[in-house]
Amino acid sequence: MSDRIREKLNILADAAKYDVSCSSSGSNRKNDKKGLGDASASGICHTYTEDGRCVSLLKILLTNHCIFDCAFCVSRKSNDVKRAAFTVEEVVELTMSFYRRNYIEGLFLSSGIFKNADYTMERLVRIAKKLRLENNFNGYIHLKTIPGASQELLTEAGLYADRMSINLEMPTEAGLKLLAPDKSHDDVKKPLSFIKDSIIQFKDEKKIIRSTPKFVPAGQSTQMVIGATPETDMEIMYSANEYYKNYDLKRVYYSGYIPISYDTRMPMIGSQPPLLRENRLYQTDWLMRFYGFDVHEILNVKNPHLDVDIDPKLSWALRNMEQFPIDINTADYKMILRVPGIGVGSANKIVQARKFGKLRSDQLKKIGISYNRAKYFIRCADSVFQLNAPEAFKIKNLILSESSSKYLKVPQNQLTLF
Amino acid sequence: MVTYIFDGSLEGLLTAVFEFYERKPGSIKLVSQTHFEPVFLEETLEIINDETKAKRVWAGLSKKISPEWKSRFYKSYLSESADIFQHLFDFACYIFDNPKGAEDNFGHPSVIALSKMDKSVNREKHRMKAFIRFQETGDGIFYAPIEPDYNVLPLIASFFKNRYADQKWIIYDLKRKYGLFYDLEKVEEIIFDYVPEVKKSSVHLPSDVLNDKEELYALLWNDYFRSTNIPARKNMKLHIQHVPKRYWKYLTEKQS
Repeated sequence: MSDRIREKLNILADAAKYDVSCSSSGSNRKNDKKGLGDASASGICHTYTEDGRCVSLLKILLTNHCIFDCAFCVSRKSNDVKRAAFTVEEVVELTMSFYRRNYIEGLFLSSGIFKNADYTMERLVRIAKKLRLENNFNGYIHLKTIPGASQELLTEAGLYADRMSINLEMPTEAGLKLLAPDKSHDDVKKPLSFIKDSIIQFKDEKKIIRSTPKFVPAGQSTQMVIGATPETDMEIMYSANEYYKNYDLKRVYYSGYIPISYDTRMPMIGSQPPLLRENRLYQTDWLMRFYGFDVHEILNVKNPHLDVDIDPKLSWALRNMEQFPIDINTADYKMILRVPGIGVGSANKIVQARKFGKLRSDQLKKIGISYNRAKYFIRCADSVFQLNAPEAFKIKNLILSESSSKYLKVPQNQLTLF
Repeated sequence: MVTYIFDGSLEGLLTAVFEFYERKPGSIKLVSQTHFEPVFLEETLEIINDETKAKRVWAGLSKKISPEWKSRFYKSYLSESADIFQHLFDFACYIFDNPKGAEDNFGHPSVIALSKMDKSVNREKHRMKAFIRFQETGDGIFYAPIEPDYNVLPLIASFFKNRYADQKWIIYDLKRKYGLFYDLEKVEEIIFDYVPEVKKSSVHLPSDVLNDKEELYALLWNDYFRSTNIPARKNMKLHIQHVPKRYWKYLTEKQS
């Protein structure tokens, strides 16, 4: 008995790991009737794998049997891998006992498509329902939206899930058509917008009728695979921006493609996943969501790719030197936020602290800004007068010479000759 | 300069603030008994805890700072660090000596010190929410030993009470030798005097006191931890940054 469940868990966790989302934040579900579980609004990473990724949820597939043959997917029909399927009871028991031991925040359940969309979605919903209604489980549940599932099933899923997600897979329609001819972005857009509208509808009803149940309280997210197809960074981020705006997504995840197939349309097995590129895309995503940048300022026809050697915020600042230096003691909060080396926390502290007197560089350092980076872009109470400002490329070299990027070193799979 | 010596308690610290305003000695150094090292010709004052005085100081602070800053003050205190005691004292005086709103002056050394320490204590509190691993005993109690850097047990009690409302649990701080016990109704502080079958220092319970299924779940969790890893992305530096080695001995997935 225990060997069989171990084998299933190994197969179905391994097959689920390419979905990078593991977020458990954003829900406000409370423990009622002395059941098990209580959402933590900020989410909790209970451990981290050796690749440095957060483990927050029990992330598994219900089954890795699939009727589709998407080239980028490890569970594609034509792939020769071991197949397995959990029963509803097995998933419920694993989730409950892992949660009781404080291993996880909840369950992230996805699945290969067996038979058809509705049949698969119905099984996912049944598990969530059993956890909520029979086991009084109030932990986090992230359910995958199966493209093509009926609206009735999606509505039912939304009543039990905290988050739902559906993956774009490839950043552009053309890229998707190349690797998964059966799929299209329209299959993703329809359920995204249906659930988005339902969330709004439930929220409106809640204002009138207090007993209205929660509906996907932690919102929706999506994922794109990066580097399997030849999109530019601009195409990727414009697409992300569109989905953030049109579907009110909580997150877009960027997953560097890890070669899992000998398909000649994609990078070959053994080539390094594009980790640096992935990192730069996430930095851009953060600049859009928390730093008040418009995606067109960072990426445009003149600059369709993000710099490799420096981060996008520094890169933007160096291209716009006419806007610097700014005076820390008078500048607008929005502009302080744009200084390389100053984050949201420090910017807030600066704006509060300067009411008590002009700030000096030693105070800025204590507040926690990265002074060695920021100093080229700011003036403060003890800044010395500078006759001619250094040029952008000089600043870039100065900053690069002082910092040691973890990415500039020789990649692990490259031989060093000496 | 006079050195005030207090017993390390919050009440003692607040009493010291009261004494300072009553005596007005100019400036003082505040140290706890455990950190105190006598110096020749040093003038000292031993603070005698006084609940009324401490409460008056706390009420005074409450009038001038927001509940959020009161909680920062308390959390910084729980760090038990020698430097922070002086900063807490200086912070209190800075608040009393200035008009309302002074706590926003992040250019002031004690304000920024409290703000940073609060962040560290929060991080440790958050880590305990993440890294605590329960083992179920034969009689159905979920037991977790920990050794947090700071005294964060008071900060996590309600979190675990709300979350694990339908199971009995014990979280025991091995370093500070006290724990929390939830009996399905309320959380109480407990101290192990003598426990024959559980060595007080050992982290994992012997298998004969565990629930029959405990080892299977630990094994499944270990399996899961390994299966969900992507070897092509291996990054041990990041792994260790997120899961510092000092916590490994408590983590089920880090055994074997």
